[in-house]
Amino acid sequence: MKNFRDSEHLLRFAFLFAMLFVLFLVARHFVVPKSFGEYGHYRGAAIAEMAAPQPHFAGQSACEACHTDIAAKKKTGMHSGVHCEACHGPLARHAADPASVQPLKLDTAVLCVRCHAASAAKPKNFPQVAAADHSGGLACETCHHPHSPAIQGGGAK
Amino acid sequence: MNLNRRQFLVLVPVAAAAWQYVLAGTPQDAPNYQLTEHWWGMLLDITKCIGCGNCVRACQAENDVPDEYFRTWVERYLRTDWNLTTPEVISPDGGKEGFPAAEEVKNGMYFFVPKMCNHCADSPCTQVCPVGATFITPDGVVLIDQTYCLGCAYCVQACPYGCRYIHPTKHVADKCTLCYHRITKGLTTACCENCPTGARQLVDLKNPNDPIHAFLKTHDVHVLKPEMATGAKAFYNGLDGSVR
Amino acid sequence: MGGVEGYMYPNEINLYWSVLIVVYPYVTGLVAGAFILASLVRIFNVREVAPTYRLALLTALAFLIVAPLPLLLHLGHPERSFEMYFTPHDTSAMAMFGYVYIWYLMAVLLFEIWLDFRQDIILTARSSKGLKRTFYFLLSLGSNNTSEHSLAIDERAGWIVTLIGIPSAFLLHGYVGFIFGSIKANPWWSSPLMPVVFIFSAMVSGIALVLLVYMFTTRVRRREIDMPCVDTIAKYLFYIFIIDFVLEMLDLVHRIYVADESFRSISFMVHTKLYFSQIVLQIYIGTLAPLLLLGIVQVTRFSPAVRKAIYVVSAALVEVAVLSMRWNVVIGGQLFSKSFLGYTTYKIGLITHEGVLMSIFLTLLPLGILWILVKILPPWPDLKRGMNHAAGTTMP
Repeated sequence: MKNFRDSEHLLRFAFLFAMLFVLFLVARHFVVPKSFGEYGHYRGAAIAEMAAPQPHFAGQSACEACHTDIAAKKKTGMHSGVHCEACHGPLARHAADPASVQPLKLDTAVLCVRCHAASAAKPKNFPQVAAADHSGGLACETCHHPHSPAIQGGGAK
Repeated sequence: MNLNRRQFLVLVPVAAAAWQYVLAGTPQDAPNYQLTEHWWGMLLDITKCIGCGNCVRACQAENDVPDEYFRTWVERYLRTDWNLTTPEVISPDGGKEGFPAAEEVKNGMYFFVPKMCNHCADSPCTQVCPVGATFITPDGVVLIDQTYCLGCAYCVQACPYGCRYIHPTKHVADKCTLCYHRITKGLTTACCENCPTGARQLVDLKNPNDPIHAFLKTHDVHVLKPEMATGAKAFYNGLDGSVR
Repeated sequence: MGGVEGYMYPNEINLYWSVLIVVYPYVTGLVAGAFILASLVRIFNVREVAPTYRLALLTALAFLIVAPLPLLLHLGHPERSFEMYFTPHDTSAMAMFGYVYIWYLMAVLLFEIWLDFRQDIILTARSSKGLKRTFYFLLSLGSNNTSEHSLAIDERAGWIVTLIGIPSAFLLHGYVGFIFGSIKANPWWSSPLMPVVFIFSAMVSGIALVLLVYMFTTRVRRREIDMPCVDTIAKYLFYIFIIDFVLEMLDLVHRIYVADESFRSISFMVHTKLYFSQIVLQIYIGTLAPLLLLGIVQVTRFSPAVRKAIYVVSAALVEVAVLSMRWNVVIGGQLFSKSFLGYTTYKIGLITHEGVLMSIFLTLLPLGILWILVKILPPWPDLKRGMNHAAGTTMP
């Protein structure tokens, strides 16, 4: 009895500690998101949230669904592997509603040299030219059609 | 070129049908995406990269990447013959606007290396996150829950590849999501979509028909910093020993 | 890009851990060190340093209260910090912080201080009126028992708490070292020695701090400085500092000799961007100078006045060394590229929320808190109320 009377103050401190712990457990119950731990140590709902945003680039198959003529032309040429939006830019809104957004007219003087300007750093088998010497100032599409760039019959078609 | 014909056609093909759901914001109704049926990675072919920067620009357009930070970037290496392990590397503005023309060097070799999050299977970044705000999904994509992230930057320190940053206005960790909002809708990533040479290919290791399996049989493919044992899933074809 | 030499990965150009993350391990280290000094009295029965026992405990508490502030301020979303408690990630060294911190605050420091001051608190409550009485009554948690037996029980409980407290103090600061030491991506940090070095440098900085605080407060109170006490503290400071220095040099020598792939890059950094803070401040001025001074005192017989001067200078230099060591670890680890091909520059702000002024404020804030704590719970050895635990009463 004497031992208890002289040590009960320790229990007071322990009680304080225990109360904080209970408070913590209660708070934890309400604060931790419901889907936490669904797949692992994270908020499971985050996966669906990350999958939700709308793309800006529609993707090649969306383009080809309508532009069958250009798709057919591209397939035969050197640019068959280049997807439409790689040059024309993000056009998901155009794919959803063609009338709403029209692709801009492209400036081949800027666009073509982005890839084809000669540089010793590029793979040797990649077609590249020193633009100034190559065309004598003529626009690229004078000779090369971007959708099928090989020169056919010696000039523009 | 009949606009009306195209407007009509957009509703017909199968791809466009899925696309409708996507645009309606209900991907769960689009052709069923199963988390457990995929294990995503990426193939980056150094022998094909021309350093045009299309991937960097596309990534920025698709994902609202803040200026001066990069979810993907391109490096240009110059490896000289007398020092095979200490290359000269540049990446002006992440290679976003391409690279200055390079002159041929006699005793050296140039090449481009596209970089991005490696979506490591055993990632140090997810290991160190104190609260579980970054994680690898069951389909193998390392994501950040930006509504849960503290912005402590421990993951940024832990990434051996420099792929993470703290978003300057959101104040949370940010990095490549492997265009999770695209690949779950049957699209490829913005960088792959826009790579003109096919130097970047999204790969699904769980898909037995994915060309990656045939490719890996016949090519010399490595990951970056294998000594870090991160289980990196950015596979590099033609990776030079000097690449860090 | 301003301040970049060679090649940095583009996302590495900015530093993500600012000077606040330098302050954080520094402040935490002072806590651990001050507590270790207190434990010298209680557990290791070093009676000479008893006059600093209570002061060391209060110093530890003052710094512990401030320790999480630099972390909180540095977070992009401090309002989410509670997640660290609610969903701690078991593989993260940082997730441990919340729990180690609360454990150390509640179960060790507050409990030990409460036990040690309980009698004083009750006596103050009894002899005062009004608000002051209520305040001390609340502090006593309503206990009103000052019997011999209850105090003996406190004494025994306090001894056990201190015994638990020593590994806890090591844990608190060792884990800070582990946060850095476990980052395999960063060769400047990745080292199993890191937690050990952090613990020993923490002990050194904490002991030096209590020495300074004791000498300063005693002087302000116009009392005699207890020479055997400060002599003993200085002796312990000297020996522990030697261990700390040897460990750090071991780490350095190992790096130089092994010279792995990161060595050229790191060596260049230490000889340029870190030269002043690492070689000059940390090693020459902060470590070798005070070691020399303290070493001379050990083998000669100076007058007390000279010894006191040497102790003050040495302890101040020790603080410089440990603070610059934290700087060199935290900032140094982010100055070089993980490609080992380049270096960036830390652009430190002055009045930003992660700037110089904030860091100075956070480093000095604990001293302000200590001043308040001392007002509430006077720790002075000459103000004995019938009994003094600190005077070397030890339990079996």
